[in-house]
Amino acid sequence: MTGTGDGRTAPAGDVIGYRRDEGAHPPYLYPDYVGTRRRAPDRPLVVVPHTLSEITGPLYGHSSIGELDHDLTRQHAGEPLGQRIIVHGRVLDGDGRPVPDALIEVWQANAAGRYAHEVDDHPAPLDPNFSGAGRCLTGSDGRFEFITIKPGAYPWKNHPNAWRPAHIHLSIFGRAFVTRLVTQMYFPGDPLFDQDPIFNSVRDPRARARLVSTFDPERTVPEWALAYRFDIVLRGRDATPMEA
Amino acid sequence: MPGITPSQTVGPFFHVALPAYAGPELVAPDVPGAVRIEGVLRDGAGEPVPDGMVEVWQAHPSGRYDHPEDPRTDLPLTPGFTGFGRCGTDAQGRFAFVTLKPGCVPGPGGSMQAPHIEVAVFGRGLLKQLFTRLYFPDEAKANAADPVLALVPAEQRHTLVAAAGEGVLRFDITLQGPDQTAFFDV
Ligand SMILES: [Fe+2]
Repeated sequence: MTGTGDGRTAPAGDVIGYRRDEGAHPPYLYPDYVGTRRRAPDRPLVVVPHTLSEITGPLYGHSSIGELDHDLTRQHAGEPLGQRIIVHGRVLDGDGRPVPDALIEVWQANAAGRYAHEVDDHPAPLDPNFSGAGRCLTGSDGRFEFITIKPGAYPWKNHPNAWRPAHIHLSIFGRAFVTRLVTQMYFPGDPLFDQDPIFNSVRDPRARARLVSTFDPERTVPEWALAYRFDIVLRGRDATPMEA
Repeated sequence: MPGITPSQTVGPFFHVALPAYAGPELVAPDVPGAVRIEGVLRDGAGEPVPDGMVEVWQAHPSGRYDHPEDPRTDLPLTPGFTGFGRCGTDAQGRFAFVTLKPGCVPGPGGSMQAPHIEVAVFGRGLLKQLFTRLYFPDEAKANAADPVLALVPAEQRHTLVAAAGEGVLRFDITLQGPDQTAFFDV
């Protein structure tokens, strides 16, 4: 392979792309979620092939993560209030293979349902011992673990008496710009699911179920913490290079 | 095969975790060749979006990506430059990046892509990120030959080309309506 200084005569860029949405993702326009009405594009998306630009993306090393970044209960002088939990799982690609060194960032409300964020005006107490943000990298087996407290539900103004089910926001970098995923993890059996348009914007019930963590008695720590498991599956790879 | 995990909106509170980790300055503003890109994110009513987040990913000035799947290891990487940045929008919907202009990147079928920046838009009300690209106004010839830009309907193509301003490139992003930016199904 040869190339010139500016890459203008570089070799062919036929690459193996990633498989498209299998219908799992929500639509951009989901009117029950009022925020989508003025923000969903109304022109058709332009289907484009994957090139080097799409199949690459930022990669992170373990040196970029602090030793306690995954533990949201140890960021302050005291411990946060709330039910201590372990959230763990694996990041897999669409073929079930582990994705190592994937950066996961999380953020969440405190146990009272309040974010440590200036635009959150929910009249619930802030917790001086809880910022609600953490990060970690997956191991070579795709595994990750966070220690945190169970977030509270919180009200919002989407519809009368609207409440978000308890959830943790997750941002995941895979290996490529197009495998980037931002999602939310929910807790099993939440009575608020039926009235939440964000959760229900995922129309396929099997896909929606994948947003709900499972209670994991095996990983609970006696006299210390409950545990939930949440596996994250990113897009899988095409078998052959994209057609030009 | 396991089913993929559905996307959910980034919501309005991502600032507690996200922009702090990788910021809007991919290079320091005083680095030779630094390019400032400014834009406003607007909704379908033309109102600024104050709780959006824009992420960018691009090649180095040599045209090479800092990634093991870019085989052109003879092209140099710029030390300290990753090619990734992100910026939350402010109360006026504004975002800004400082970066280096990327080189050309090969495209499918022996084609060559014009210098471009991959752009993803997140926000409250966006259940999944939107993908688009930024192209450069001083690359008319390369833009005309770009295989991805060619797929964009002609009347929308200008939405992907930044506008040259005084020491700055302007790149506004409009989510909906007659001025909507062209977004990609990738
Ligand atoms: Fe939330």
